[in-house]
Amino acid sequence: MARITFQRLDDHSPYFWGLLALHAMVIAIGLGAFFYMEHHGHIVTGMNNAIVWGTPHVFAVFLIVAASGALNVASISSVFNNLAYKPFARLSGILAISLLVGGLMVLVLDLGRPERLTVAMTTYNFKSIFAWNIYLYTGFLVIVAAYLFTMMDRTLAKSGKATKFMGWFAFAWRLALTTGTGSIFGFLVAREAYDSAIMAPLFIAASFLYGLAFTVLVLLTMCRETRQQLMSEEVVAKFLNLIIIFALAVLYFTTVKHLTALYASEHHGVEAFILRDGGIYTLAFWLGHVLIGNVIPIVIAAFLSGDGKFFTGRRGLAIASVLALIGGLSFMYVTIIGGQAYPLDLLPGMKVESSYLDGQVASYTPSLPEVLLGLAGVSIAMLATGVALKVMPFLPRGLEADG
Amino acid sequence: MSMKFVFPEEDDGVAARGGGTQGAIAVAAAMPPADVVAVDPVDAGRRWFLKAAAVFTTTVLAPGVTLMAFGDIDAANARPADQPVSSAQRWGLLIDAAKCQEGCSACVTACGVENGIAAPKHAATDSQWIRTLKVTDPRNGATFQMPIMCQHCTEPPCVDVCPTGASFRRADGIVLVDRHICIGCRYCMMACPYKARSFVHEPLHDQKPYAPRGKGCVEGCSMCVHRVDAGGTPACVEACAKTGHAAMIFGDLYDKNSEIARRVATYRTTRVRADLGTDPGVYYQNI
Repeated sequence: MARITFQRLDDHSPYFWGLLALHAMVIAIGLGAFFYMEHHGHIVTGMNNAIVWGTPHVFAVFLIVAASGALNVASISSVFNNLAYKPFARLSGILAISLLVGGLMVLVLDLGRPERLTVAMTTYNFKSIFAWNIYLYTGFLVIVAAYLFTMMDRTLAKSGKATKFMGWFAFAWRLALTTGTGSIFGFLVAREAYDSAIMAPLFIAASFLYGLAFTVLVLLTMCRETRQQLMSEEVVAKFLNLIIIFALAVLYFTTVKHLTALYASEHHGVEAFILRDGGIYTLAFWLGHVLIGNVIPIVIAAFLSGDGKFFTGRRGLAIASVLALIGGLSFMYVTIIGGQAYPLDLLPGMKVESSYLDGQVASYTPSLPEVLLGLAGVSIAMLATGVALKVMPFLPRGLEADG
Repeated sequence: MSMKFVFPEEDDGVAARGGGTQGAIAVAAAMPPADVVAVDPVDAGRRWFLKAAAVFTTTVLAPGVTLMAFGDIDAANARPADQPVSSAQRWGLLIDAAKCQEGCSACVTACGVENGIAAPKHAATDSQWIRTLKVTDPRNGATFQMPIMCQHCTEPPCVDVCPTGASFRRADGIVLVDRHICIGCRYCMMACPYKARSFVHEPLHDQKPYAPRGKGCVEGCSMCVHRVDAGGTPACVEACAKTGHAAMIFGDLYDKNSEIARRVATYRTTRVRADLGTDPGVYYQNI
């Protein structure tokens, strides 16, 4: 195989600067939204004492899950020794770091007392999966940075041993990280919509899909920016296949989760709520998560993309990736908010009412500041990636694009 | 008696952990006005005298006065503040739903007055440390009412999930939030099977020094820990007794001679979602 060379972004198009400026603007607006919410309290959000985690958590968890998945491509090249993915390993690493930083930023800025971040970093209750996650997240940043170093340092990269070792380490760590993220929900014994060990593998499968989708979209954007063909047709076909496999895995774990719940009559209520009667949550599940996020990307990748088909391989890949990400946000919305909206079963078999809205489906309407803060997390990830691609050679050098 | 000073201008404050501060009776320290500039030696001497008098008054006399102000709190039964909380005790509540009158909310009102919680205007966002549930059996339409609050579990899910350890359980069974290290992540609210916790959504003013509350932190029933440590009973229990319904009993579940322990040993009681293994300290009859 030809020697891979890497490049920094140097010849900038107005398109590149425009994208950076757009992300900077979204971040500035998001920070404004944060200060507004911080000043007035969460009363200005749609959150309440029943829906305690709102839209910021939807974005934060989505980005954190996608972050671990973005490392896929690097893992496939280092751990599974697939040379076709090696040119994209560096990009995969830096994108993973950026997405995680974006997600964590949103998570922290949505705390009731964000200024106490130092408390969270210094005072731990190790029975809490949240406390483990603080180590898993910071560890991920350090390990992936070290992994990138082994890929980019000439001496270390030459032998490849260090890269392989760090690749394995990062791969194991990212599995632990997503297990930790899924377990935030899986460990909630009292919430019928969660409380399941399958939340962890479901989140891992979802992370593969969303991480790949982000990687593909950044690569396609960079193809345009560099006016080079960064992905060969062979790689495009491989990515399309991966989308099919990952989306099938998400559908499999989703099916098993709900079938298992449907088998136990105690969960019929919550299942009927999510799958049939939940209004926006039912729509987010079937239309957003199942159809847009998984089924359509599978159909596009399997049947509609490639030479002589409805879409070119690249276009099909781009559309499938965008749809997977929309589906990902829907999945997070139905999981996080739908799961809280269904009332706690205080006295099983009895109907309860109270001034605290017990026994009722909780209502929640996302407020603008919440959405802006969440979008700012995506923009932080994209801006950080853009800047990183400019300052260090993370991108492979490709063929000059035709026309 | 050791004292803990809590300055009223603190917006959050102290939640007692296991040690010797549980008897925290808040005393507003007498401070000289900030704009006084003393230059005259006579004035300085007088100011020293006034300061000393103020310190003497607040440390020696005020606690007794404050204790008396709590009404029927039996100061003689209070655990000395220099002794740690003991796991030989397990504070708990027994609530008889048959005696809880539908429409009565004396316990809820008393909790609000005691802990400085305004009556809820916004059901979804205002704090509710205790609330009454109207329960209906869908099979036959039978209804009853029962109050519900933090169940002060032995295995509290809120304590398990709290990343910083702000949610904690005292040795004597009372589950509290340390408002100094609560970061407002709300994971405890996700984990609590009883919806017993509230998040403070708005800035607050005029908090009670012994019931620290503040925007951005999570809070819940403290079993009136300031009263319990002074040998008293929670405000809800006291208010329920005053109505004549006497549906609530407070006491030490481990003390075989206490009324609560005797009744729990005699009658069939139920605990809410005991199937989750949380071992709540709140027992119910007739639910």
